[in-house]
Amino acid sequence: MIAPQRSPIHDRHLAAGARIIDFAGWEMPVQYSGILGEHQAVRSAAGLFDVSHMGEVSIQGRGSEGFLQRLTMNDVRTLEDGGAQYTGLLTPRGTLVDDLILYRLERDLYLLIVNAANTRKDYDWLLEHRRGDVQVSDRSAEHALLALQGPLAEEILRRLAPGLPDLRRFTHAGIPLRGAACRVARTGYTGEDGFEILAPPARAGALWDALLEAGSPLGLLPAGLGARDTLRLEAGLLLYGQDLDEQTTPLEAGLGRFVRLDKGDFMGREALVRQSRDGVPRRLIGFEMVDAGVARHGYPVWSGGQPRGPVASGGFAPTLKKNIGLVYLPAEAPLEPLEIDIRGRRAAARAVRIPFYHRRHRSTPAALSGEA
Amino acid sequence: MRTPQKLRYTRDHEWLDLQGDVGTVGITDFAQKELGDIVYVELPAKGATVRAGKEMGSVESVKAVSEIFAPVEGEVIDANGVLSSAPETLNRDPYGEGWMVKVRVSDPAQAAKLMDLDAYEAYLKGEGKTG
Repeated sequence: MIAPQRSPIHDRHLAAGARIIDFAGWEMPVQYSGILGEHQAVRSAAGLFDVSHMGEVSIQGRGSEGFLQRLTMNDVRTLEDGGAQYTGLLTPRGTLVDDLILYRLERDLYLLIVNAANTRKDYDWLLEHRRGDVQVSDRSAEHALLALQGPLAEEILRRLAPGLPDLRRFTHAGIPLRGAACRVARTGYTGEDGFEILAPPARAGALWDALLEAGSPLGLLPAGLGARDTLRLEAGLLLYGQDLDEQTTPLEAGLGRFVRLDKGDFMGREALVRQSRDGVPRRLIGFEMVDAGVARHGYPVWSGGQPRGPVASGGFAPTLKKNIGLVYLPAEAPLEPLEIDIRGRRAAARAVRIPFYHRRHRSTPAALSGEA
Repeated sequence: MRTPQKLRYTRDHEWLDLQGDVGTVGITDFAQKELGDIVYVELPAKGATVRAGKEMGSVESVKAVSEIFAPVEGEVIDANGVLSSAPETLNRDPYGEGWMVKVRVSDPAQAAKLMDLDAYEAYLKGEGKTG
């Protein structure tokens, strides 16, 4: 049994009365005041998340761009210094080793923000496929990661950093916050505007306190992994381990806009070209419940009267006040009738578009910035 | 006003308020706190028979589903309709407006087997739960 890891600001969570759960080997806050209230704060004002369990891996050296171009599905060459993109590491079968955010820090220096549960796997994968002048380093212990999310996130961050540059979606910059050298990216996992802030672990507690102090008058709440999950599902953002895995290609998952088949050869390309030409054998469908009941991960699904795969992600959508979910269905499977087996009772559902929730229009349209 | 001192408790965190042969059933404050924000409550229909220790419904919070077990055997004579339109009532007032069902208890003596408040609180402590 490996002892669970803790965020450098674990003490803040305990002091705030958070309920702690084990997540991917980390003791992390699942909620503070309550998931619904935290969810609502992020949609209407802002929420502050500690996501220090996420992994960071740096890729350095003259061969970095070519190496990442070969191992990831998006086009690294479109990134400038200070740019970021949603992408994935692929197996030779075109399935996902992980999905991640890739930052270009400078020429020949990149940082990957990866799923906590996959940090070790990704690091080993990258090492194993390394070629030429490329150094792969696990930088997870050098970073705390805070996510400030919500329509008031920018206003709150400006109170700490009046000189905050105008960051477009999926860009980042090195910015001192309360004297700590931080990297601030306009990214997130909630479907709202917001920032993710990499901070030195020793300074993260003071930064957490300062953000809460600056934001509380505006409605900022500390928010846990529970709200993070309801927010991301409403926004149609996928979760590795539930919606994505090593049996799933990005095309099946509806992530085709992040796959650049035209960028030259890369690992998994052949399989994806074939799927792209012949069609995917299964695809991710969004649904909402028609009958009462909450569809949850793993519940059996029926379509056209036939048993299908299990619910990938499912749950209550607080903003929509509906029960929603995601499921992979064979390409030829009819979408009607669609039923979820809720603990022995077959309840009616209907297919709906992903994302389930769209935030109101902003000045930087998500479509132009490649939001995941 | 229902006072926790006069209720009987199960190890699954239901409470029973027995008046004559009619028992009102709900879940404890500890249970609603453990569950977190409740978003859906499934109750047995009027006229249904429930059996002691057997599932009679479920409570869904944002994070999880939890089964509700009948503390005693009997016939359901009323179910709290408020919980279908406002399930959060269970969080707000678990011993009052958040009651779940009323049961015509077949053997009121059964209730004596359930824990009183002191025993329930000791049970929570024994489980390492502070409520």
